Amino acid sequence: MIFAVLIPLLFACFVPIISKIKHKVHTGFFVFVIPFMIFLYFIRFVGTGFSPIRDTYNWIPSLGINFDFYLDGLSLLFVLLISGIGTLVVLYSVYYLDTSERLGQFYVYLLMFMTAMLGVVLSDNVFVLYVFWELTSISSFLLIGYWHFNERSRYGALKSMLITIFGGLSMFAGFILLTVITGTTSIQGMIEQKDIILDSTYLPLALGFILLGAFTKSAQFPFHIWLPDAMEAPTPVSAYLHSATMVKAGLFLVARFSPVFSGYEWFFIVVSSFGIVTLCWGSYMAVRQTDLKAILAFSTISQLGMIMAMLGFGTKVAVFAAVFHILNHATFKGSLFMVAGIIDHETGTRDIRKLGGLISFMPITATLALLGTFSMAGVPLPFLNGFYSKELFFESTLNLNEGMNGVTNFLVQIVPYLAVFGSIFTFVYSVYFFFGVFTGKKNLDKLPKKPHEAPVGMLLSPIVLVLGVITIGLFPNLVNGSFLAHAAQSVNHAFEYKNIQFWHGFTTPLLMSLIVVGIGVILYLTRTKWDAVYRLLPGNWSFNKVYNVILQTIDTYSNKVTNAYMNGSVRTYMAIILGTTFIVTLVFLLVTDGVTINYDNLADITILEISVVLIITIAALGTIFSNNKLAAILILGVVGYGVAILFVIYRAPDLALTQLVIETVTVALFLLCFYHLPQLRKRTESIRTKSINASVAIGFGALMSLIAISAHSSNWFDTISDYFLETALSIGGGTNVVNVILVDMRGLDTLFEITVLGIAALAIYSLIKLKKNEEAD
Amino acid sequence: MEIIISILAGILIATGVYNLLQKQLLRIVIGTGLLSHGAHLFILTMGKLKRGQPPVLEDNITNYTDPLPQALILTSIVISFGVTSLILVLAYRTANENKTDNMEQLRGNENE
Repeated sequence: MIFAVLIPLLFACFVPIISKIKHKVHTGFFVFVIPFMIFLYFIRFVGTGFSPIRDTYNWIPSLGINFDFYLDGLSLLFVLLISGIGTLVVLYSVYYLDTSERLGQFYVYLLMFMTAMLGVVLSDNVFVLYVFWELTSISSFLLIGYWHFNERSRYGALKSMLITIFGGLSMFAGFILLTVITGTTSIQGMIEQKDIILDSTYLPLALGFILLGAFTKSAQFPFHIWLPDAMEAPTPVSAYLHSATMVKAGLFLVARFSPVFSGYEWFFIVVSSFGIVTLCWGSYMAVRQTDLKAILAFSTISQLGMIMAMLGFGTKVAVFAAVFHILNHATFKGSLFMVAGIIDHETGTRDIRKLGGLISFMPITATLALLGTFSMAGVPLPFLNGFYSKELFFESTLNLNEGMNGVTNFLVQIVPYLAVFGSIFTFVYSVYFFFGVFTGKKNLDKLPKKPHEAPVGMLLSPIVLVLGVITIGLFPNLVNGSFLAHAAQSVNHAFEYKNIQFWHGFTTPLLMSLIVVGIGVILYLTRTKWDAVYRLLPGNWSFNKVYNVILQTIDTYSNKVTNAYMNGSVRTYMAIILGTTFIVTLVFLLVTDGVTINYDNLADITILEISVVLIITIAALGTIFSNNKLAAILILGVVGYGVAILFVIYRAPDLALTQLVIETVTVALFLLCFYHLPQLRKRTESIRTKSINASVAIGFGALMSLIAISAHSSNWFDTISDYFLETALSIGGGTNVVNVILVDMRGLDTLFEITVLGIAALAIYSLIKLKKNEEAD
Repeated sequence: MEIIISILAGILIATGVYNLLQKQLLRIVIGTGLLSHGAHLFILTMGKLKRGQPPVLEDNITNYTDPLPQALILTSIVISFGVTSLILVLAYRTANENKTDNMEQLRGNENE
């Protein structure tokens, strides 16, 4: 199974090579094979006798992070959607994208997305799922920004990435919480331990984080704002990522985790209310749109809301309707996006106000659009799959269980009305989409191109999808037992197989459907009168503005903050770095209880040492207060020689010798440069700067003392020095242990040290000798 | 005595840092010198002070001072000599080229 997931990514490596011959053979024909093979590989699992399959490949077993692929009914549904729609989209893109486009990049992104999306739906390991999840966001970003020379494309790409990755990170936090609670990284393992999760105090937090991830990905209100802007992507991408697959990842996540959370009442409340609000808001907004793809985008938002609501209900009917609608939505919405792409391609515009009367030019496209839109509207005809799932949706809204919570009961009361309300607008925009484009006045002179029917290859994909709409519409039970029942079962374990029938008798859901159609027709016919009403809400106020304001505010403030400390003064940087080190280390020392002072086992104090220490201290302070450069250099020499004396006292003859030599050379060097350096000036800073510098310096010095004392006072490890003392003679063949360590045991180190000195010498030489070549400038 | 040496190391580092934060190049160079002295003493306190003989092996003596900090310090002395002399010359050259040794005048804060 891992091969099936990774093959698109592997193949993507060859795409740049293949795309070299794009003018002879369109790259899409090569790519087409990949999703089709994956589709064939997975289609064989469809059948009534299907049982889940698991495949594990180790990645980081010590952290519990493995490629743990788990294929159950739900994953199978998604895998087939991803590979099936993927095949059709690639085929469609062959005719949609001209060979003058950067095809190599397009297909690399698309294949990357395919792997990512397959990974999301197949991973049983939450962290692997997260990695694939973010990969879908990234590939979506790249695909939306494919025409990167458009300002709107870049804006849409950035917006979608910011929102979905924000959600992804939040979901990651939720996963970490669940892993901490259950001690496992496997989703199935979590489902087995759902009682522990439901008892945990972190439950609301974990649920909130995960739902935030799902809602942002699936464009739920108020995070839906990225989806309409994502329509800047090439239409095949919109059809694939932003309607059929990626936006359904959020639904998948909710469905995956609903066995865990469904026992928790707030799961029902939050998911259902967000879903139902999104349904109403999306379909309401869709009616106002004039761009064909914008209509479809808001329509997708509303349909996603509807599925989300059903997953929230969690009853047997609702869950079945949800998985059924995921399939149906992919078929009719995918075909409608392709139809919109065809119209755009053949007429040069997507503005519904300019279009009209296209049925006589594009009869096949019109037929496809008719079936697609009517299926979306839920028109009660026995050969449209949209009607079945919509009616199941109505049925599920009527059979909700009352709970203990007042909010739940309120929701249960109003949900059926909201469902009908949202569906009325769905009906209106679906009908508008078809009749607005294909019937009415022809205004050919307004169109950039003369319309004609699309090439056969371009029509092929939508035809296949619409055939799916009709086949499922005519024989809904064809996909039911072998396929959907398994998917529903993995969401709601208590699910039992049920026949789908067109005619149930005169029931309440049918009545609701008829109300929708009735009011919808009236609203559509009188639509010009309602324009003013549609404009009233949301008026000037929209979530896009909120997004823009947030983004601008962050921009301004981060600019201000950055400018406040990145002022070009190296001294300020130094003070900030040291000050931060001081604070962080001190806090860490105190928190971990690292400060210890141990008065035992100390060497005794002698007058000689004390006087040397005093001399060094005075000399060190003197460097600060001296305003004479000669004095300052000599005082620094005093410090150096003082340290050398200390080395003598502490039985380090080699150190003392080296220090004496080096110190002498250093002072000599200082004196050489002395002549050329300006005289020291009085320190003329303000008291404030002085005190800041002083406190940073004193704080840092005190911290180092504290660390030295603590390190000396605690004894965590045995010293390794004995090893050197014992083996110096036998291994190194020398009696001076320090020399043996430097030359033998750490010989390479010393070699590099010499190298460093050599480089420094070269640098010094060239700094002195190199003269700026005035004429070269 | 170890505590006193630790404090001395702290004092050297504090004065070094203070000099480092000054405007004049020469003071900064002096600061780095002080800083390395402080660091050497800091490493020295990690071993035990004044225990036993210098680490030069002789018969009949089993008690030596810790050779490891000494080896590290020896490396460090040489390296810090290299660093100090390099930045000293760098400071000289900078002051010569730019006709100033004031860090505030040397800063480049144009953004692009």
